Amino acid sequence: MHIAEGILTPPVLVAGGLVAAAGVAVGLRRMDLEAVPRVAVLSSALFVASLIQAPVGPASVHLVLIGLAGVVLGWAAFPAFLVALLLQCIFFGFGGIAVLGVNTANMAIPAVVCHYVFRLTRPRRREAMGFVGGFIAGALGIVLGALLVSLTLMTTGRAFTAAATVIFSAHLPVAAIEGVVTGWAVALLCKVRPEVLSPVRPAERNPSVA
Amino acid sequence: MIIAPFSMGDSPVHRLDPRVRVVASTAFAVAVALTRAPGPATLAIAAGCALLVIARLAPGPLLLRFARLNVFLALLAVLLAAAAPGDALWALGPVTFTETGARMALLIALKANAIVAALTALLATTDASELGHALWRLRVPPKLTYLFLFTVRYLDVLHREFGRLRAAIAARAFHVRCDRHTLRTLGYLVGMLLVRAFDRSERVHEAMLCRGFSGKFPVMAVYRLGGGDAVFGLVWSVIVVAILVWR
Repeated sequence: MHIAEGILTPPVLVAGGLVAAAGVAVGLRRMDLEAVPRVAVLSSALFVASLIQAPVGPASVHLVLIGLAGVVLGWAAFPAFLVALLLQCIFFGFGGIAVLGVNTANMAIPAVVCHYVFRLTRPRRREAMGFVGGFIAGALGIVLGALLVSLTLMTTGRAFTAAATVIFSAHLPVAAIEGVVTGWAVALLCKVRPEVLSPVRPAERNPSVA
Repeated sequence: MIIAPFSMGDSPVHRLDPRVRVVASTAFAVAVALTRAPGPATLAIAAGCALLVIARLAPGPLLLRFARLNVFLALLAVLLAAAAPGDALWALGPVTFTETGARMALLIALKANAIVAALTALLATTDASELGHALWRLRVPPKLTYLFLFTVRYLDVLHREFGRLRAAIAARAFHVRCDRHTLRTLGYLVGMLLVRAFDRSERVHEAMLCRGFSGKFPVMAVYRLGGGDAVFGLVWSVIVVAILVWR
């Protein structure tokens, strides 16, 4: 979910860059050095998982996993998305450097919102609650992300309203699919490894190792 | 490796200092993003294409990359040309394509292709870890640089982990269909990948502590600016300034 280079106006690019910089600063402050490997490995996993194609009727979409990123990374989603989008634009040619800030903000803000929404559902124990919390986070992540992308496009001019509407409505089925997939992923994590779901913070390591 | 199809190679571009390439591509992207006229955008795309030619990149992946970008841009162009107000260029049923819309779409396509061309030639030709070291030298915050280096390092590892999980699912005769079972399996696949990633990050951290990790990464790479960097830097600055002034 990213906007290509060359579309947005300079004020929007600057605003996106500032928002992303602030978010990344918060994310980095909340992630101490010990947590860097964890954030990096989890965000690589999310990057790889976003290659998965999920079926929608006869077509298929690739997973975006904004909600899941918020659930497992919290505020660290900002630096994680910045790095992931930088890698995507360098190695795949998606997005670009000047729109990097806007794209980071458009994906990381929904992720952080999902992080807080998911915390409200507190699905620590039961698998069913895990599914519900995951579904909400997964679907909400896509809806908010698509909304931000559409709004960003519309700032460029009236001519973009059609494109923005198409983009937003095309993401509604994606949100449903992504909600279900995220729901099952979170349900599995609740059962198998609940500590993945606790937000990134100074990890409680075994002192004898440290 | 799922990334870095262009990092191998030997050309004047590949020999440039990574720091110069990071700065040059960023400045170029910003300058091109600011342009509002087709003139400078054409200059930008010429500069980008010239770099691609000098870098002698593999034509297959290159074509694929630009094809993907332009399919997306073409879709956008249709929507724009149909929606922008202005004199009708031609009509298709109830939809009229306007000249303003077509001009906007053309400008966007020029800018997007120019930036992707320059990024591909300058940045995709570096090794990702080399790029991380360059970011470090350019005083990007250390934690962000580590995050970049670690992510690059583990992308490939987790891609292979993902391959093993997929193989395990395929061995159990899984087929993607449009039903609940498929979505549930995909969800478990994503969840399992996160579990394995989490466990691996614990092992990585412990291994780092065993090797005396003290919170600092010694970066061995030492970069020196050479004659090629100076020539490139000069020519590229002229182009970037020209794009900025012309707008």
